[in-house]
Amino acid sequence: MNAIYILWWRQMKRYLRTRSRIFGSIGQPILFLLALGYGLGAVFERAGQGDYLQFLVPGIILQTLLFSGVFWGIQILFDKRFGFLKEMLVAPVPRVKVLLGNALGGTTISIIQALVVFIVAVAFGFRPQNWVLLPLALLIVMALALTLASFGAGLASMVEDFQGFQAINNFLIFPLFFLSSALYPLTNVPDVLRILASINPLSYGVDALRHTMIGGGHFSLPTDLIVIAAVLVICVFFAVNRFNRIQV
Amino acid sequence: MSSKYAVEARDVVKTFGDIKAVDHVNFGVMPGEIFAFLGPNGAGKSTTIKMLTTMLRPTSGQLLLNGHDVTKDQASARKSFGIVFQDPALEEELTAYENMLFHCVLYGVPKAGHKKRIEDLMKLVDLWERRDSLVRTFSGGMRRRLEIARGLLHHPKILFLDEPTLGLDTQTRNVLWDYVRKLSKNEGMTIFFTTHYLDEAEQIAERIAIIDHGKIVAEGTTKQLTEKTKTKTLEQAYLKLTGEGIRDEVSEDFSGLNVRGALLNRRLR
Repeated sequence: MNAIYILWWRQMKRYLRTRSRIFGSIGQPILFLLALGYGLGAVFERAGQGDYLQFLVPGIILQTLLFSGVFWGIQILFDKRFGFLKEMLVAPVPRVKVLLGNALGGTTISIIQALVVFIVAVAFGFRPQNWVLLPLALLIVMALALTLASFGAGLASMVEDFQGFQAINNFLIFPLFFLSSALYPLTNVPDVLRILASINPLSYGVDALRHTMIGGGHFSLPTDLIVIAAVLVICVFFAVNRFNRIQV
Repeated sequence: MSSKYAVEARDVVKTFGDIKAVDHVNFGVMPGEIFAFLGPNGAGKSTTIKMLTTMLRPTSGQLLLNGHDVTKDQASARKSFGIVFQDPALEEELTAYENMLFHCVLYGVPKAGHKKRIEDLMKLVDLWERRDSLVRTFSGGMRRRLEIARGLLHHPKILFLDEPTLGLDTQTRNVLWDYVRKLSKNEGMTIFFTTHYLDEAEQIAERIAIIDHGKIVAEGTTKQLTEKTKTKTLEQAYLKLTGEGIRDEVSEDFSGLNVRGALLNRRLR
């Protein structure tokens, strides 16, 4: 327990001391929120889809969790390249615990960033449909944060250098994000896109957030929750499996 | 597992694919001894240290630290040694004190003793005044000293130093070896170190092993090694044993899983 705590503590200290990282990682989703929210809002409304800002906020929260989790994964790469991972791996602590402590740090950071984005969204006029459902939304955010931090940790354990990570970012993370229902509804899109988005687990994460934050979604809430739980288990397993194979 | 040695390798082999990085190696280091492990680049030195410090599993054979098998009894083996890695392994965004605290908790040092222990060791390496500075602001020599202090926090019986003086100026090197001698003398700590500076090995080490092409080619005191090779200094003995040619590092960092990383590492070096 103590070991897990100190690993978490170090992640938090590091996060709070690198201000550029805080602003950098929150800045991007907020830019998306404002540029797309205001830029496409009028078109969206004229198409009879309602208020785009309302629709967009759950998607942007997912974006925050996705990029925060995967970027946090880079931390493992940093630790590998700059040596600190050795200090953690030769300590008399099982690897699973080392991973868990670090991943909980990454998860906490993601949740904080999602909350900041939520508060900014409210300041710009976002209104949750039903405040009573927000605790459920928060639980979903936590589950997604842990899932995506594990995903990032697993990916980072597999690559050896920053170029490799950059490639994963461009060829995996961006497509995952844009081919989900984060930015547009799946009702009137071409079949190919709808099918791609429907096999993309991220779509179910956004959908669950829409159900709990603005009411209504594309899939049913129970379906969303089952997919979220299954993907959570898979990602944690993936992270443990990959992290166990790291050689320093 | 009983062993009269503090550090013992029994018929250790490590292969990476077709390459035999370590080839049936045997040696023993007595408790309290200062032992130098020498060899050209790619000879199997780092691979051996990595196996001894639980970072890499041997293909076959046995490695014992204070009688604890490093693969079967990993936690006990890990508690019994401290290590100063070849490359710095400090968290730059933490202060010196926080780096020490992190290590204490990770190694299960009793909480009540944290402050005193950290203070004692940081004073030993003359860094107590700088305890609240971020490690990011430290020079290479200060980092090395902090790493040595950190490696001692959990009262290890064995201290591994992997090229600890690489890139340090003469003053810092002297200070560092003074600490190490004191630790060996006052606390009976076993010191296992590698270096490319043979004058250091000659002055500091009580016993020396030389590894080349994955095999131990000679072992003994400086005197024994020079007598054996009919030379005058350790450096001459070393060159006679390992040859004058320059080595490539291919075998050292090569591992089936990390081929790309190894290639990149080599390019960066």
